[in-house]
Amino acid sequence: MGYPHPIHPKETPLLSEYFGDVAARSYDGWVARGGYVALKQALAMTPEAIVDVVKASGLRGRGGAGFPTGLKWSFMPKDDGKPHYLCCNADESEPGTFKDREILRWTPHALIEGCAIAALAIRAETTYVFIRGEYTEPCTIFEAAVREAYAAGVIGENAMGSGKRIDVVVHRGAGAYICGEETALMNAIEGKRGNPRIKPPFPAVSGLFGQPTTINNVETLAAVPPIIVKGGAWYAGLSLSSPKSTGTKLISVCGHVQRPGTYEITMGLPMQELIFDLCGGMRPGRTLKAVIPGGSSVPIMTPEEVAACATDYEGIAAQGSLLGSGGMIVMDDTTDMVYQIMRLARFYAHESCAQCTNCREGTAWTTRILERILRGQGKMADLDLLLSLADNMTGKTICVLSDSCATPVVSGIAKFRGEFEAYITGARAPAMAEV
Amino acid sequence: MTTESVSVTIDGLSVSVPKGTSIIEAAKHAGVLVPHYCYHPSLPSPAVCRMCLVEIEKFPKLVPACVTPIVEGQVIHVHSPAAIKAREGVLEFLLINHPLDCPVCDQAGECELQDFVFQEGQAASRYGDYPKRYNPVEDFGPDILYVANRCILCTRCVRFMDHVAEEPVLNVSERGDRAYIGIDPSATLDHEWAGNVVDLCPVGSLVSKDFLHKARAWDLDKHASICPGCTQGCNITVDTRDDVVVRLRPRANLEVNRHFICDTGRRDYRWMNRGDRVDAPVVADAAGRRTVAWPAALTHVAETVANASGSVVVLSGGRASVESIGWVLRLVDGANATAAMHVPLGEERAIGAVPNLALRRERAANLAGAEMLGMTADWATAVHAASSAAVVIVLDAELTDDEAAAVARAKSVLHFATVADPRLGASAILPITTMVEEQGVYVNRDGRAQRFLPAKPAPGMAWPAWRIAAEAWALGAEGREAPGTASAAFTALEPFAGLTHRDLGFTGRVVAGAGVSA
Repeated sequence: MGYPHPIHPKETPLLSEYFGDVAARSYDGWVARGGYVALKQALAMTPEAIVDVVKASGLRGRGGAGFPTGLKWSFMPKDDGKPHYLCCNADESEPGTFKDREILRWTPHALIEGCAIAALAIRAETTYVFIRGEYTEPCTIFEAAVREAYAAGVIGENAMGSGKRIDVVVHRGAGAYICGEETALMNAIEGKRGNPRIKPPFPAVSGLFGQPTTINNVETLAAVPPIIVKGGAWYAGLSLSSPKSTGTKLISVCGHVQRPGTYEITMGLPMQELIFDLCGGMRPGRTLKAVIPGGSSVPIMTPEEVAACATDYEGIAAQGSLLGSGGMIVMDDTTDMVYQIMRLARFYAHESCAQCTNCREGTAWTTRILERILRGQGKMADLDLLLSLADNMTGKTICVLSDSCATPVVSGIAKFRGEFEAYITGARAPAMAEV
Repeated sequence: MTTESVSVTIDGLSVSVPKGTSIIEAAKHAGVLVPHYCYHPSLPSPAVCRMCLVEIEKFPKLVPACVTPIVEGQVIHVHSPAAIKAREGVLEFLLINHPLDCPVCDQAGECELQDFVFQEGQAASRYGDYPKRYNPVEDFGPDILYVANRCILCTRCVRFMDHVAEEPVLNVSERGDRAYIGIDPSATLDHEWAGNVVDLCPVGSLVSKDFLHKARAWDLDKHASICPGCTQGCNITVDTRDDVVVRLRPRANLEVNRHFICDTGRRDYRWMNRGDRVDAPVVADAAGRRTVAWPAALTHVAETVANASGSVVVLSGGRASVESIGWVLRLVDGANATAAMHVPLGEERAIGAVPNLALRRERAANLAGAEMLGMTADWATAVHAASSAAVVIVLDAELTDDEAAAVARAKSVLHFATVADPRLGASAILPITTMVEEQGVYVNRDGRAQRFLPAKPAPGMAWPAWRIAAEAWALGAEGREAPGTASAAFTALEPFAGLTHRDLGFTGRVVAGAGVSA
C-alpha cells in the first residue's frame, strides 16, 4: 500500500506493507493481516530458541549502530534472579530520520508484537517504549493499540493464555534529542535528567533501574515478528550485497528529491536507484550535490560516492560514511553546504546535554565559527580551527553527540572546502546578517 | 573488599595497589597527579569534565582515569602527547566562556583552573572576540554566592547536595553551553553542611560571602588544626592573614570528617581574633592588685594551691587541651579535686550520607580527653562545689552570672584566662593562649587523639595553660621539672604515656575506647 506513495517495484514491503492502511492500526485489523501469529509461536519457544532464530536472521540494530540484535540479546544474564527490562527506543529525533514514526502510526501492533517477543527472549516482563515527545499523533495511536492489546489479552499478566506476563509501558519523552542515547533514555525513564551514563557498565549488566536491560530500536523490534514466522534463514536471504547486511531497511528520504518519504529496501540496493528511481531523482534542471545517508551524524557523501554505493552497512561504510538510522538527507546543487552544516552544528549545540566539557563548549563554539563565516566575517584560519576543534570533540566524551557534531564539519570541509573559502574571501555574499 | 593487589606502570613508575582502584587513585600512589575537575574522592564520579583522560597502551581511545579501574600489567601514560593534547583541548573549551576575572576572584591562587591552565594550557586564546556566556551572580544561601560565569559545570556541588548532604536542592539547569547550576526556587542552600560546596568548587564559582574579598589566597598562612566546636573533632585548616584568622576550612581525614566540616564550625572563628585579651599576669593579694612577671605569678599559684585548706575545684571550658587539663589536674592533685568541663549542648546535625559524621550535641572538642584525665561533664555539681571550695581554678570557662557568683564565694580563685572576668574576684589572672596559639591535643568522641598546631602568636605574655600549671607544680616540691614542650607535656600524661605529638601525625591516632575508625 505504502504511504504517502504507492509501493515502488524496487521496494520490499516487509514492515511498510500496511503503511497508509488505517484498518491495520486496530487489533482486529492487525490480526486479519496475520498479526500476533509470531507471538503465539514465540510463546511456545524457549528464550534461547528465539535468540537463535534472530541470530540466524542476521538482523542488526536499526537505530544507527548496527549491532547484531541476537548477539545483544544473548548478553542478558540467565538465572540471575533480577528483573530484566526491555526498552524500546522510539525517541526518533535524529534530523532527517522519520521511519519509526511510520511504524508507530500505521502498524503499532507490529511493534507491540516485536516488543513482546523480544521481552520473552531476554526474560523480561516489562517493556518501556520511550516515545519522542513531539510524536503526539504516533504516541496517541500507539497508546490506543497498547490498550487494545491488553484488552485482547495478547499482552498483560497472562499473555495469550500462556501464563506469561508481558507488560508494555509507554513513556513519553519531553523533547530532548539526547534522550535517544540509550543510557540517557534510561535515566529519563527513571525520572532523572536525560544525561548519558558512563559505560561500562553496559545496559545488559546494569541498565534501567540498575537491572539487566536490553534496548532496541522500533524498526529492529518490528522486524522480529516476520523473522519468527518465516525463519532466520529467510530473512538472512534478503540481501542484495553483503551477507553481513540482511533483511530490509526503512530509509526515510528527505530533501531535494521529487518524492520524499519512507521507503523500504532490501539491504544492498544501489543508492543511486534509491534516490533516482524510488524517490524520483532531483527536481527538473537540478543535479545531485550531496547526501547525508544515515541521519545527520554521519559523514556527508558526494555524488561520486553515492553512485558507487550499495545501501547497506558495509556498502556505505566502504564509501566513508554510515548507514546509521537510515535517515537520508538529499541535497541538490542549490544547497548552501556551509549553511546546512551550520544548521546541523547549531542543532547539536542546542541539544548537548552539557555534561562533557568538550561537547558543551565545542558544539557551541563550532556553531559560532560557522555563523561568522556565513556572515562574511570568517578567516581562512577558521577552517583549521574548526578541524582542530572537531578533533578535540571526537572520541573524548561519554556519548557520541559531540562526535556527531564534528562529523559533518570535518567531511563538509574536506569535500566542499571551496564553499567555505568563497564566504571567507568574499567571493560569495554573506548568507547571514552581520552582527 | 578484596586485598588482591594489581600492578601497573604509570608514567614509567611501577605501582601496586588494591584491585578495583581507579587509575586516578593509583596514579596518586605513584606520585603522579592526573589533572581533574569533576572527580573528588568523597563524591561519586560522573567523568564529565574529561580532564583526566589518560592513555593506556593498546587502548583505542583515551580513558577517564577517575572511573576506570586498573587492570594488571597496564601501561598508563598521563603525560603522553595524546593525553596532554586532550587536556589542552579541554582547558581551551573551559576557558572560552570563562570571564578570566582572576584579579577580582576569591579563588585566584587556589584555583584549579588557573593551576592547570598555567601548567598545560595554551598561551593564547583561539576563541576570538565572541561574547562570552553571561549569567548574573546568584545568592544561593546564607553564606554562598554562585558566580555562574566562572562555573565549569563540574557538578561537584550538585553531587555533594544529592549524595552526601542528601538534600538535593541544586541541579544542572538548561543544556549545552547555556547550562548553569540551578537551585530549587523554593529552597536556599542553608543545610548545616552546605558550606562545603565552596571548598569543593574547583574554581571561584561558589564563594563564601564571609570570606568574600577578605584576603588573597597567596597571602594566607595555613595551619593544621582541629575544629574546637564539638566532640566530632573535624580536622581543619586555619587560614591567617597577618596573624588574623580569616577562614576555617576542612582538612581531609578519611577516618573523621572525610573532606567536610559543618557550617557551625566553619563560622566560629571570630573569638580567635578577640582584641580584649589578658596579656600579662595579674595578682591580687594583701599587697594589692598588680601586674607581675611570671615568676611571681607562678609562686602565687603554687602557694595558693599548697596552702589550700579545703576542697579544690577545677572548672574548665570545652576548648582546653589534654595537656592543659592534665597538668592543671596534676597541679591540684586531681584525685582530690572536683573537676568538670563545661559542655554546651546543641542539636545534633548529621551530614546525611557519611557514617559517623555529625555536628554533635556536645559542643566541646575535648570532652573525651577531659574524661580520660579524670574530669567529668557534671558541671552543676562542680559549680556547686566551687562555692564552698578553698581553691577554684577556672580554666578559660565561660560562666553565667549565677555560676560566677558561686565561684566568687570560694576562698581563692585562680583564673587561667583569655579574657578577664571581674565577677570572679580572682586572686590571680593568668593569661593563657587559645587553641589557635598553642600546640596541643584533643581526643574526640571515638577516642582519637588529634594534634592541633599554633596558627597565630599569643598576645603579650600569655602561656599555654599546661605550662603555667606545670611550672607552678614544679615549684611545689624539690626535684620536680616541668616539661619543656607541649609534646613532652603530652607524653608525661598517664593515658598517653609513650606517645609524642609526632606519633599522632596529621590525622591522629585512636588511644582509647572502642574507636569506630581504628
